[in-house]
Amino acid sequence: MISSLLHYQFLQNAFMAALLASIACGILGTIIVEKKLVMMSGGIAHTAFGGIGLGYYLRIEPIYTALAFSLFSALSIARIQRRATVMPDVLIGMFWPLGMALGILFISMTPGYPPSMSSYLFGDILTVSRVDLLVMAVLDLLLLLTVVSFYHLLQAYWFDEEFSMALGLPVVLAESLTYAMIAITVVVLIRVVGIILILALLCVPPALAGLFRNDLPGIMGLAVLIGAVFCLSGLGISYCYNIPSGAAIVILSVLVYTGTQLLLRCSSSYFTTKR
Amino acid sequence: MTVVVEHSFNYFEKQGEPLTREMDKIVELRNVSAGYGTIPAVQDINLSIEKGSFTGIIGPNGGGKSTLLKIILGLVEPWTGQVRILGQRPERNRHLVGYVPQAATTNRRFPISVRQVVLLGRLAGRAPAFHRYQSLDHDIVDQCLARLEIMDLAERQIGQLSGGQWQRVLIARALAVKPVLLLLDEATSGLDAGVSTQVYELLRELNQEMTIIMVTHDTMALSSYVNNIACINHILHYHGESALSPELIMQVYGCPVELIAHGVPHRVLEQHGGLS
Repeated sequence: MISSLLHYQFLQNAFMAALLASIACGILGTIIVEKKLVMMSGGIAHTAFGGIGLGYYLRIEPIYTALAFSLFSALSIARIQRRATVMPDVLIGMFWPLGMALGILFISMTPGYPPSMSSYLFGDILTVSRVDLLVMAVLDLLLLLTVVSFYHLLQAYWFDEEFSMALGLPVVLAESLTYAMIAITVVVLIRVVGIILILALLCVPPALAGLFRNDLPGIMGLAVLIGAVFCLSGLGISYCYNIPSGAAIVILSVLVYTGTQLLLRCSSSYFTTKR
Repeated sequence: MTVVVEHSFNYFEKQGEPLTREMDKIVELRNVSAGYGTIPAVQDINLSIEKGSFTGIIGPNGGGKSTLLKIILGLVEPWTGQVRILGQRPERNRHLVGYVPQAATTNRRFPISVRQVVLLGRLAGRAPAFHRYQSLDHDIVDQCLARLEIMDLAERQIGQLSGGQWQRVLIARALAVKPVLLLLDEATSGLDAGVSTQVYELLRELNQEMTIIMVTHDTMALSSYVNNIACINHILHYHGESALSPELIMQVYGCPVELIAHGVPHRVLEQHGGLS
């Protein structure tokens, strides 16, 4: 595996993709979990499928149209949610399948044989291209810059939206930034875990990190590390056993989370009974 | 010299009289109606709050108490009518208002330390990008923490605090704004009598420096700490200083509510007896 890593370009790409994905999933995953936007993110992820369909239809690299599509839908959803009286759950229940439906529509309209969508739906880290890597790196950089430069505003918005409004902080800006970052994260993660499996990679690393750290930057940092371990292990399993990377990463991460919880519970009950 | 000073003083007294009188009204609501969607929450409210007063807003659940606070905060835009905070629209005077939300509505599981929560109060009116807290901000936060006697909790995560400690943190955050008007939404719900008393004593002390408006269900507060009462059930039933009558309570709540003071400075209700 290590020697192949040195020899094969596709493995080097996959390795880099795993690292870049972990940065996005660790940082944004933490925000999504703490701000309780997990289902919202699942919905935004699925609208990206519409963008991928559009890319095939227009013969553009699908990752670009996916980015445009999910950014547009994330910002529109934020706006609709703020203005309208529709329940967030119901809103998610509508735009989630709408994105998928649009994707299917565009693909059916594309002339010729329908392309295989499984690498976008379930992720295929072994087929990550140079273009994908470049896009992922730029988007990661954008995420880091946004979080660092707007940290206090974002922290105030994530923690207490109402108080931030009472202070007169630009809450709409903070909200738009947060939703845009979710859309960007989705695009970074698509090639690694795929649209359908993204939620696990967004939830599990921050949830695990939250068991050991209780400050926001600490959870983010640890979640990035845990995400990197998951993505790299997923890559290894995918390469050695020829399993799609997304499936490998999701099964591994949920197993590790369950195992850790059980271990913690056992050890705590062991210590309490000893005392 | 003294003559000049005296003269100018007198001059201000006479010439500035209408102005100062306007300024004495820290909050002024004129014919304000507001609600959510198409459902009205408060209707045709006229209310003016004097500078330096300590007002308790009471009324049944869903009667529009919190909505009234949010109108004053500029969080709820009224359908009709005018809202003025120190003569300005609420949005323009946000830096003068400290807000203590209901503790139950806050996210206690968020990974943030007490100091960081209180520092949020210093964010008002700052540029959103590349913001860093100054040493002045940290000094003010230290003062607020010391005042609320929670200095030792500064680096604690908020999830580890008791209900009373968390309430103090929320008050400290509102004080960090350096407000002239403090708004509290049920500051003592869920706290035991001892802790509630501590909170009220603190508010009484703070009332020396700032105007306070507090939504409350707590009769103890009404009887001994508050010097003005506003009763709200969609409309403003009563606003003033004197004791509440059982008839009024009947009108506001729709049923007799026990509002009997327990041997404290001034009674909210007239004594029972005539009713039974």
